[in-house]
Amino acid sequence: MPILKNIAAIAKGMSITFMEMFQPTEVENYPDGPGPLKGAKFQERFRGVHVLQRDENGLEKCVACFLCAANCPSNCIYIEAAENTAENRVSGAERYAKVYNIDYNRCIFCGYCVEACPTDAITHGHGFELATFNASNLVYRKEQMLAPMPAHMGANAVFNQAEVNQGAPAVPVQGV
Amino acid sequence: MSVGLFILVSLVKIALVFFILLTAVAYTVWLERKVVGHMQNRWGPTRVGPFGLLQPAADGVKFLFKEDLTPPHVHKTLYIAAPMIAVMFALTSIAVIPFGNWVAIGDTIYTPLQITDVNIGLLVILGVTSLGVYGIALSGWSSNNKYSLLGGLRASAQMISYEISLGLSLVGVLILSGSFSLREIVQAQSGHFWGFIPKWNIFYGGQFVAFFVYLMAAYAETNRIPFDLPEAETELVAGYHTEYSAMKFAMFFMAEYANMVTVGCLATLLFLGGWSGPIFGPYILQVLLPVFWFVAKVFVFMFIYIWVRGTLPRFRYDQLMAFGWKFLLPVAIANVVITALIVALRS
Repeated sequence: MPILKNIAAIAKGMSITFMEMFQPTEVENYPDGPGPLKGAKFQERFRGVHVLQRDENGLEKCVACFLCAANCPSNCIYIEAAENTAENRVSGAERYAKVYNIDYNRCIFCGYCVEACPTDAITHGHGFELATFNASNLVYRKEQMLAPMPAHMGANAVFNQAEVNQGAPAVPVQGV
Repeated sequence: MSVGLFILVSLVKIALVFFILLTAVAYTVWLERKVVGHMQNRWGPTRVGPFGLLQPAADGVKFLFKEDLTPPHVHKTLYIAAPMIAVMFALTSIAVIPFGNWVAIGDTIYTPLQITDVNIGLLVILGVTSLGVYGIALSGWSSNNKYSLLGGLRASAQMISYEISLGLSLVGVLILSGSFSLREIVQAQSGHFWGFIPKWNIFYGGQFVAFFVYLMAAYAETNRIPFDLPEAETELVAGYHTEYSAMKFAMFFMAEYANMVTVGCLATLLFLGGWSGPIFGPYILQVLLPVFWFVAKVFVFMFIYIWVRGTLPRFRYDQLMAFGWKFLLPVAIANVVITALIVALRS
C-alpha cells in the first residue's frame, strides 16, 4: 500500500513541523542583543578584521617580509618596509612595516595571509561591523589593526574590563 | 424593507465584508510569515509594531510607493489588465458566501449575514474562481518573458486538471443536501448525530474522502505549496508575476490569499457545517457566535494552508499531472458514485 505509506510519511513530516513551532527559537538577536557584541555570537575561528599582534615586549611582530602580500589572492595588502634603528625600535627583527594597509574593499577574508605569516604577526580578529558610506574608509591602516600593548606593560585600560568582569569576551579597542 | 433601505444595508454589508476580507488577507500574510518562521526556528516579523503586527501596513505602504515598472515589449493592455482580473475575481467570490444567520435590527431591517443569497451560490463561486485563472495565464503571456510564459502555461494546465476533481468532490455534498444554495447546504448540516457528533458532511454524510480530494484540488487551484508550480521560485524566478512590480504585484498577492480565504470559506460551508456551533446568551451573542464559529473554522483552514507550506516540498510537474488525473479524479468519481448509491438506496 504505497498510498498509506505516503500518507504516513506526510503525517510524520507535518507532526515534526507542528512540534517545531512550539520549540524555542535559536536566534541571535544581533542588533538588539545585550553586551558589547549586541547579541552576536562567534566561533573562535571566525575570520574578522585582522589584528596585528605584538610580542611580549610590546614590539610589533611584523618584520615586513611581504609574504602576506605575496599570498593575498585579492592583492589587498600594501606594505612599506623600514629599517629598525636603536632610537626607533618598532619590531624585534631588522625591519618593520612602516605602512601596513589592508583594503577591505577587496579582502575576501580567506586567511591566507594569516597562514603565510612566519612570525604570527597578522591574525584574524572578531571585528565584523565594517559597513561604511565611504569606500575609502575601508582601507585600514596599521594603527587601526594593531593589537593593544600587553597587559603587563600597563595597557589594561584599553581592554573592555568592565564588560569582561560581567562575562563578555575581551575585545581589544582598535587603534591603540 | 423599502428599496432605499435595502440598497443602504447592502452597501454597508459590502463595505464591511470587503474590509474584513482585505484585513484577513493582510493578516494571513503576517500569520504565514510568523508560523513558517517559528517552524523554521526563526522569529518571523518582529520589528514593526508589537509582534510585527503592523508589518502588513508597512508592506502595503511599501507596495504603494515602489516604482511601477512596465518592461518594454509587453502587451500593454493585457499586462495591465491581468492583475486586475486576478484580484477582481478573487474578491468577487466572497459576495455569495454566507457568514451567519438572518439578523433583525429593530423592526425594519431583516437581512442575511451575506452580501447576496444566490440560489446557485456554489456555481457562482466555481465559475468566478475559474475565471481568475485568466489573470494568471494572461499575465504569463503578456509579460513577454519565458519564465512568465512557462508559469502561465503551467497555471492553465494545472487549473484545468484540478478543476475537474474539485468540482466532482463537491457533487457528493450536493447530492446529500439537494441544493446549490450555500445557505441551504449549511442548514442541511444542522443538528447532531447521537446527540454530540454534529451532522457535518465530513462526519455524518460520509464525505471524508471528498473533503480531502477537495482540499488537495483546492491547494492546486490556489497555486499553493505543494502545487505552486506556476510560481516555482527555484525554477521560474517567480513564474507568472516575474515582470510585475509595486501594486500590480501586490494584486497578484492579494488574489492568491483572497482565493485561500474563499477556499477556506467554501470548505467550511460544505464540509464543516458553516456557522453551526454552540449558541447561547442574549440576541447580540446569538448573532455574533455563528460568525465566530465560521471565522474559527476558516482560520483552521488558513493555518493548515500555512502548515502544509512549512512542511511539504513542491511536486514535480509529471507528478502533479499523474496525481491529479490518476488519483484524485478516480477517487472523486468513486465518491460521487458511492454517495449517489447510498442516497438512492436510503430513499
